[in-house]
Amino acid sequence: MAEATLRTAPLDRTRVLQWLQTYGVYAGVAALLVVNIVITPHFLSAENFRTQAVQAAPVIIVALGMALVIGTEGVDLSVGAVMALAASVTALYLGYGLLPALLVVALFAAAVGLANGALVALVGVQPIVATLALMVGGRGIALVLLPQLKDLRNPSLASLGSGAIAGIPYLILIAAVLALLVAFVVRRTTFGRQLLAIGDSRPAAQLAGLPVRRVLILVYIASALLAAVAGVLATARLQASDPTSLGNLMELSAITAVVVGGTPLTGGRVNIAGTVAGAVLIQLLTATLIKHDLPPSWTQIAQAIVIVAAVYAARGRGKR
Amino acid sequence: MAPPAEVLAVRGLSKTFPGVRALDDVDLTLHAGEVHALIGENGAGKSTLIKLLTGVYRPDAGEITFQGDKVSFATPLDAQKAGISTIYQEVNLIPLLSVARNLFLGREPRNRFGVLDVARMNREAEEILVGYGVHVDVRRPLRTLGVGAQQMVALARAVATDARIVIMDEPTSSLEPREVETLFTVIRRLRDAGIAVVYVSHRLDELYAVCSTVTVLRDGRRVHHGNLADLDRLSLVSTMLGRDLGEVREEGLTKFTGDHHAADSEPVLDAAGLTVPHKLHDVSLSIRPGEVVGLGGLLGSGRTETAKAISGALPVRSGRVTVAGTPLRGGSAPAAIRAGISLLPEDRKSEGIVPGLSVRENIALAVLPRLSRFGLVSEAKVDSVVDTFMKRLRIKASSPHQKVGELSGGNQQKVLLARWLAMNPKVLLLDEPTRGIDVGAKAEVQKLVDELAADGLGVLLISSDLEELIEGSDRVVVLKDGAVVGELTGDDVTEDKLMRTIAGDRRPEPVAKEVASDG
Repeated sequence: MAEATLRTAPLDRTRVLQWLQTYGVYAGVAALLVVNIVITPHFLSAENFRTQAVQAAPVIIVALGMALVIGTEGVDLSVGAVMALAASVTALYLGYGLLPALLVVALFAAAVGLANGALVALVGVQPIVATLALMVGGRGIALVLLPQLKDLRNPSLASLGSGAIAGIPYLILIAAVLALLVAFVVRRTTFGRQLLAIGDSRPAAQLAGLPVRRVLILVYIASALLAAVAGVLATARLQASDPTSLGNLMELSAITAVVVGGTPLTGGRVNIAGTVAGAVLIQLLTATLIKHDLPPSWTQIAQAIVIVAAVYAARGRGKR
Repeated sequence: MAPPAEVLAVRGLSKTFPGVRALDDVDLTLHAGEVHALIGENGAGKSTLIKLLTGVYRPDAGEITFQGDKVSFATPLDAQKAGISTIYQEVNLIPLLSVARNLFLGREPRNRFGVLDVARMNREAEEILVGYGVHVDVRRPLRTLGVGAQQMVALARAVATDARIVIMDEPTSSLEPREVETLFTVIRRLRDAGIAVVYVSHRLDELYAVCSTVTVLRDGRRVHHGNLADLDRLSLVSTMLGRDLGEVREEGLTKFTGDHHAADSEPVLDAAGLTVPHKLHDVSLSIRPGEVVGLGGLLGSGRTETAKAISGALPVRSGRVTVAGTPLRGGSAPAAIRAGISLLPEDRKSEGIVPGLSVRENIALAVLPRLSRFGLVSEAKVDSVVDTFMKRLRIKASSPHQKVGELSGGNQQKVLLARWLAMNPKVLLLDEPTRGIDVGAKAEVQKLVDELAADGLGVLLISSDLEELIEGSDRVVVLKDGAVVGELTGDDVTEDKLMRTIAGDRRPEPVAKEVASDG
């Protein structure tokens, strides 16, 4: 009966919303591409696509970690601060060579992730509060380490930021590899399955004997590490360390990418492909407005509209 | 004594929720100075009745007459203003405000300039609370008081608001024995002041200590009312559970085959002296391989807590659990599961299934690390385990990839059983395994429990369905107020004996007393 009714009413509202939540982000990306090809001069060029992708890469990488955290019904507000911290630490340790500097960056990031995860998993602080502390404190530490912008003249770092293999910039390759890796972790590893179960029903996961605390802590560490990667790449592209403004509002862009990409804030589901598309959507939206000389405030308004639309579509599924 | 005035008269009260007739044509009369016991098992309709009386719900039918007037409260505040105060299990005061402020909230004494008269408020608060056995600095924030003292403040507040009726919903669940005594003193004082008290509790001793009249609800209907003194404990229990004494029970109503003849082997599970503050006192029990041990008792007697304590889900203050001779270390759920203890929780929907994940993921959830190498899941192994158990337990789903939240209750329960059986456990703790599932699935689950025991598992069975408990268990350990009060073995595993043990009445001869029915 119910099925028959659904079939005779293909434009059923909830079904439209469900479709939008799953595929809306791809439709949005496609629409923006078509619109730009028609109205924006010089849009349809390899060079332009490369630029767009390079600019989207840091958001994609941060959003991957954010997607994992949101999958556990959490949120990580400290990602922007971790990017700034990564920039500072890179500048401080670059003298020892790029690789040692990256290792120190990873240590700092892991420490931030551990602190976030411990607050959430062991102390039981709300994720939004726990990570708010490091959102503020993390950037503070970054600025203590490096109070102002510093130009970095390091050939390895410069090539990381602007080099390419077969015409594809490292930034894009790294983002793509990380996206595949995270998708693989979510789908094929015990860690990924446990993460989703915890996000869907923490009491059930606990009673089923899952290592809830360990998984939560690892998720926040992963998010911080990914944010650090994004921070280093952005610094490499700038060839300067800018702890004051690097990663500002990045947490909001990342959350937007994740939510627009069809990952519900209520946890239990992670859509990596959608998250990547969500980040691309935001980048295209920004680029479109900039290329037509609209002030940056318009970008924020446009982003807000996209968020509202995504949240509205998400209502279609609801939380049981 | 002059006939006390009727304070409350409820006639034909009914309330239906989608799919459930929560309350069906219930009457209730309260007189001034009456302490009225309101009892019934889970889902009997007590909470619904209280919520109808206090304006939380609106009745579908029936009327409430309060002090001679027909009333219809729109909100709990209306009811409270009219003179019906309710004290819930959880204290509903403001933890950060001072004790005195809480006591006088909304009617603080003011001086002639309209400013809060703190000195007077504190003085009066102290005087009032001394009468309730609470000797504290009333300027302290409420939350710094013990739960018992907080409850007294709530009670004092309820009475001070000029209540004519005070409803207490399990007021003693978090009180120490000494605090219970104080509460009783207060209740008797209320009674003498002509206030009607409705007392909800599952602790029989308390009911008989303080109540004069009783209403028993079962499945939304009033099945008994009258003087409590006219109803002995055994009759009270049997009325509440809906079992007549000495009734010749038909065999074979459940799918249990009965005896499992547990070998006289070493126990596979041995729990000793489990103690959880306010919940369990020195509970010990053991289960041998192939044995189904029932856990009997009324609601709130500590059955679920016992199962959770054994499975490491509830931290114990003291006590020890041994699985197949090896003491359990750590007392955490993962440790217990590794040792071979599996718990099928009572609250299937919120503590059992992971609703958004598929049947397949739910079955594989606990066993996943064993089906993985270096953290990588072997999909082939998962498929084979899922396939095995879906067939063995006859789980009906459109495919293994269907969301478990979309399945029927019975199939959800089977998925949970599959999750645990995949772990190859030694002990299964089943908390209400057939509650809320349809008759067919119920029979299947019961049959399955039998088969599992026959395969050598130790099973702990908790069920509010007496038939299921008696027919399914080889032995029944009876709990009351969080302590073991008896154990039924062999031919003694009968509903009669169980009710007698719960009632604390172990005389061999049945008391041939007609249980008064409604009217």
